[in-house]
Amino acid sequence: MVPLSHYLALSVILFVLGAAGFILRRNVISVFMCIELMLNAVNVAFMAFSRFLGTLDGQLFVFFVIVVAAAEAAVGLAIIIAVYRNRESLNIEDLDSMKM
Amino acid sequence: MWNAFFHRADYLAIKPEVLLTMFGLAVLLFDFLLEKRDKYLNAVLALIGLGFAAVQLGMFWPLLVGQLPYSGFGGTFTLDTFAVLAKLIIVLATAIVVLLSMKYLEIEGAHLGEYYALLLLSAVGMMFLVSGSDLIVLFIALELMALCEYVLTGFLRVNRKSNEAAVKFFLLGAFSSGLLLYGMSLLYGIGGSTKLSIIAQRLAERPSPDPLSWVAMITLLAGIFFKIAAVPFHQWTPDVYEGAPTSITAFISVAPKVASFAFFIRILIAALWPMRAEWQVLTIGVSIATMTLGNLAAITQTNIKRFFGYSTISHVGYLLLGLVAAADGNREGLTAIVIYLLVYAFMNLGAFSVVIVMRRKDLIGDEIDDLAGLMARAPGLAILMLIFLLSLAGIPPTAGFIGKYFIFLSLIETGHYYLAVLAVVYAVVALYYYFRIVVAMFMKKAPDTVPLATGPGVTVALGVAVAMTLLIGIYPQPFIMMAREAVRPFFS
Repeated sequence: MVPLSHYLALSVILFVLGAAGFILRRNVISVFMCIELMLNAVNVAFMAFSRFLGTLDGQLFVFFVIVVAAAEAAVGLAIIIAVYRNRESLNIEDLDSMKM
Repeated sequence: MWNAFFHRADYLAIKPEVLLTMFGLAVLLFDFLLEKRDKYLNAVLALIGLGFAAVQLGMFWPLLVGQLPYSGFGGTFTLDTFAVLAKLIIVLATAIVVLLSMKYLEIEGAHLGEYYALLLLSAVGMMFLVSGSDLIVLFIALELMALCEYVLTGFLRVNRKSNEAAVKFFLLGAFSSGLLLYGMSLLYGIGGSTKLSIIAQRLAERPSPDPLSWVAMITLLAGIFFKIAAVPFHQWTPDVYEGAPTSITAFISVAPKVASFAFFIRILIAALWPMRAEWQVLTIGVSIATMTLGNLAAITQTNIKRFFGYSTISHVGYLLLGLVAAADGNREGLTAIVIYLLVYAFMNLGAFSVVIVMRRKDLIGDEIDDLAGLMARAPGLAILMLIFLLSLAGIPPTAGFIGKYFIFLSLIETGHYYLAVLAVVYAVVALYYYFRIVVAMFMKKAPDTVPLATGPGVTVALGVAVAMTLLIGIYPQPFIMMAREAVRPFFS
């Protein structure tokens, strides 16, 4: 059987990739996808813990995370469309109308 | 087994939340029936809902004073005096924001029913956040609160700043939720359950400090620091405050802060108490950084909404100091936070009420210079603003002094003298930058004579805010007793 540490390592790698992408990416949609990757890394961790601890709470939590991610996508994409209509660009660097 | 799901008392315990949800949905439907000029009736309906919720919460209070907390829905929902007081502050703050919004939205040309529905649903999220004692409930509540806020921030769809603020708020908020969630997954791995009480037991059994619990704590706290706008996770605050509609800036500067702090306290005391030495160190560092950045950056701001963004960050720094004292087992530390949150809600909403009045047809009114000569044009408003600013700076006999006094007292009781000294020094700096606004109001000449955007809603909001600011400042005894009662469940 694959030990717990392997799953957790996968989860950490996915999470770090997501976080790195969040910081480095320049397109708003890509940044948003990186956040989704982070949430899915968390799901892997929850599933692994749930399997190895033998309790169902983790699997339940995963369902809720998926639902929230879907709601977040709906709200997020709506906001991104509104931004695109206003400035015809999805580059993060162009979101600079408020600077000190 | 169905008995476990259908305790009547459980549903009675969430009655305020259920009422607000129903009224939120009712506003959405009611909106269709209204002519354009009657949109203010949406606000009236929302206020009725908030009134019902407040009355219900008021009825909970005497039932819970001196009693054990009520634990419902299989231990996932806790109703104690702390939760009830925090919910009352949230409901009152939301009601004041609804009052502020009526005239303002008309001027912005965005008077829609969804606005009030989202406000109410966001408040429902906050109320569950305050009461949740299970990671799943806490996460869902947090997201309900946050998603509504993102939409409200971008509510002025054609306004570039509003959009930009919304997208920044959304991306950073979603990122922080990811961090928080990662911490939650590790806590679940440690505790084997999503219930806070069981996690605390398992944490206490572990040899401390071990790496897994460190990582869990740090990621969890990083997520929460985002929500409360503590340094180094504060970057979204000034931009969101500047870009959001002013009424929403008022809202997100108060209600989510109260809810997130209540959530923070519950996580720290109910789940992470065995690691108090570790999170105390973290909190000390973050609070020093937060006070420093908030106070110093506020000095140079010219936009008043941005200015209040940094001022909020500095207040968050003071609030974190209460947690430092609480980590030493000091009750007064938590009492101080509760009083400070109560006081902060009213004085900040009051200050924003004055800023909102500055929004007129062609004038955005969010520069400090737009307040120039207010004393000559509207002496009443100028004096009210002076009271709120004195309170924010912590000058007696206003409420702000009581809040700061208890924070400093708890620090001295626990022997953190250097933190107390630092906090006092920054309070002096704060006095300087708040007085920049006072100077503009009283010494400078008015730039124009466009009439101010006052209305019955704003007048009532200002009245409530100033009454509470002065009442808590002059006669704080009952409020201190309430705050002491609110933190009792954590120490028994």
